[in-house]
Amino acid sequence: MDFSRFIQYIASGTAYTLGVTLIALPSGLLIGLVLAFVAVYGGKLAGKIMDVYSTVLRGIPPIVLLFILYFMMSGAINLSPFWAGSISLGIISSAYQLEIFRGAILSVSGEQMMAARAVGMSKIQAIRYVVLPQMIRLAIPSWSNEAAIVIKDSSLVYAIGVPEILRRAQLISASTQEPFLAYITAALIYFALVFITNRVLGRVERKLTIPANP
Amino acid sequence: MSKPILTVKQLTKRYGSNTVFENIDLTVNEGDTIVIIGPSGTGKSTLLRCLNLLTKPDGGQIWLDDQEITAKGTDEDHVRQHIGMVFQNFLLFNHLTALENVKLGLVRVKHMPEKEAETKALEELARVGLADRAGHYPGQLSGGQQQRVGIARALAMDPRVMLFDEPTSALDPELIGEVLEVMRKLALEGMTMVVVTHEMGFAREVADRIIFMEKGSIVEEGSPDALFYHPKFERTREFLWKITELYGKKEAQA
Repeated sequence: MDFSRFIQYIASGTAYTLGVTLIALPSGLLIGLVLAFVAVYGGKLAGKIMDVYSTVLRGIPPIVLLFILYFMMSGAINLSPFWAGSISLGIISSAYQLEIFRGAILSVSGEQMMAARAVGMSKIQAIRYVVLPQMIRLAIPSWSNEAAIVIKDSSLVYAIGVPEILRRAQLISASTQEPFLAYITAALIYFALVFITNRVLGRVERKLTIPANP
Repeated sequence: MSKPILTVKQLTKRYGSNTVFENIDLTVNEGDTIVIIGPSGTGKSTLLRCLNLLTKPDGGQIWLDDQEITAKGTDEDHVRQHIGMVFQNFLLFNHLTALENVKLGLVRVKHMPEKEAETKALEELARVGLADRAGHYPGQLSGGQQQRVGIARALAMDPRVMLFDEPTSALDPELIGEVLEVMRKLALEGMTMVVVTHEMGFAREVADRIIFMEKGSIVEEGSPDALFYHPKFERTREFLWKITELYGKKEAQA
C-alpha cells in the first residue's frame, strides 16, 4: 500500500470523529446547560439530584460508561454504534459541562439576579436577559477545554466498532505492520482538530469580551 | 395632607433565631425624602430590601399606595416595577451598555417598543448627566458614573418611590458629590425617596425626615433640625455627631 493511500485511509475516519464530536458536544451542552440552571435555581432537592448525577458520571472512566450506556441503548432501542456512542459521550460530557456552567452561573448570579428582579423582571427573564449572556462568556475558557476533551474522547468509540481515526489506525497498523506511522498519523489529525477548535473558541471569546478600561 | 405612598406596619424580619428588625412602623408620603441612618448591622439595608420584597419579611404588612403588597397572591414582579432601587455596588448589568442597562426594563418589563424605549432611556441618561456615555459599558465608567446609570435605570421605570441603599458608600470621596447632586435634584423635583446613607450633609439638607435605627428598631425620627439639635435621646445625638465628624471631611472634599 502506498503512503498516500495509507494516510488517506486513516484520515477518512475524520468524518466519523467529527460526527461523533458534533453530536456529543452539543448534546452535552444542551443537557449540561439545562441541568446547571436546574441545579442553581431548582431548589434544594433538584440541586442534590444534580450533584448525584454529576458525581456519579464524573467518577467513572468514560470508556466504562461508554460500554454501559452503549449496551443499554443498543439493547433497548437498537441504535447503531455510531449514534449510541455519540449520545453516550454526550451524556458523559454533560456532567462536566454541568459543573462548568454551574460555576459560571454562581459567579454571575446573586447580585445580578437581584438587580434584574429589582427592575421588575421575573426570574425567567432575569436568567434569560441578565444571567445567561454573562455566564456564557465566563464559561467559554473552561468550555473550550471540555471541547478538546470531547474531541479526544471521541476516539473511545473505536471500542464499539465505529470506524473513526483510531479504529482505522489500528486496523491499518495490523495489516501493514506500520504501527508507528499509523498512530503518529492519528495523533496529528487529533492534534490538528483540537488546535483549530481552541483557536476558533479563543476568537469567539475575544469577540464576546465586554469592553472595559484597564 | 399628602397621601402615603408606602405604609409599613409592624414589619419584622428574622434569620433563624436572629432578629434583624422588629415591629417597624413607617409611612412615606408622596414627595417625601426619608433618610434612614444608624450603625451598620442594624437592619437598614434589609429593611429597604423588604420594602420591595427582594427579601421576604417574616411579619407585618406593607402597602404601596392602597395595595397591600405583603398580601398572599401579590404579583411581586409587578410591585417591583413601581419601586426603584439603587444599590451600594451599583449592580449594573455588566454585559450591557449604559443605554441598554436603562432600556432593558422598559423593553422586557414594560413591553415598550424598541424606538420609544431608546428615546426614553436617553432622556433618563440625560437626566443624570450621562447622555454622552450612552454607548459605554459599565467597565468603562467611573464608579460615580455607574451609580448615576443605576439611578437612571431605576428612574426609567417611572417608579412611585425610589429606594437608595447606601448609594455612595462604595465610591471614592471625589465621586460622591456627583451622585448626591443627582439625588438632591430628584428630591427637589418631588420624587419620593427612601435613602439609607451616612452622608449627613445630604440628610440635613434634603431629608424631610430622618429615621435613626439601631439594633433592629427605630430609636427616634423627626426633622433634621429636631434630630441634630433637639434629639430626645442622648444616643441619637452621640451617633449623629460622631458620624458627621467622620464623614464631614469626605463631604467637604466632594
